[in-house]
Amino acid sequence: MTLGKVIGTVWSTRKDEALVGAKFLIVQQVNLKYEAKDNFIVAVDSVGVGLNEIVLVAQGSSARQTTFTRNKPIDAVIMAKVDKLDISKV
Amino acid sequence: MVLGKVIGTIWATKKYSAVNNYKMQLLQPLNAELENIGEPIIVLDTVGAGPGEIVYFITSSEAVIPLDVNEAPVDASIVGIVDYVNVEKKLA
Repeated sequence: MTLGKVIGTVWSTRKDEALVGAKFLIVQQVNLKYEAKDNFIVAVDSVGVGLNEIVLVAQGSSARQTTFTRNKPIDAVIMAKVDKLDISKV
Repeated sequence: MVLGKVIGTIWATKKYSAVNNYKMQLLQPLNAELENIGEPIIVLDTVGAGPGEIVYFITSSEAVIPLDVNEAPVDASIVGIVDYVNVEKKLA
């Protein structure tokens, strides 16, 4: 999974009908200091996260492994909201 | 599989239910000379690796296999802890 910050929402009425009911959030990829990197993805929210929250995103076919996204054209899903990041000085 | 080094831990109470009882570790991918390659990622740990340990992990949808749930949105999991890496000849 990769770290991201939720920076927005995508609203879309004309889309693949399998995607009806999906909540698309714009997630900015961030580094370990939560500073924005220069890419973002649109991910389906499977946890219920809000704006500016730091999240974990699973990508690829793993994104289809939830009850909602199963067999749907989805390749990125938000699967956790990060509370704390512990970096050990090793 | 790819080599990696555990450099930290992620705490997340709010997450997809199927990944509830698994530890999430912060991991820096490594090459055969154990040098950093690429950006740190987050992996699920079913083996119990500690910080600083060298491990190997799998990616994409196979990452769900080590878990005892059959469906979870996970794209990277640690599957083993490395005891020793022996590189015969310098890679070209």
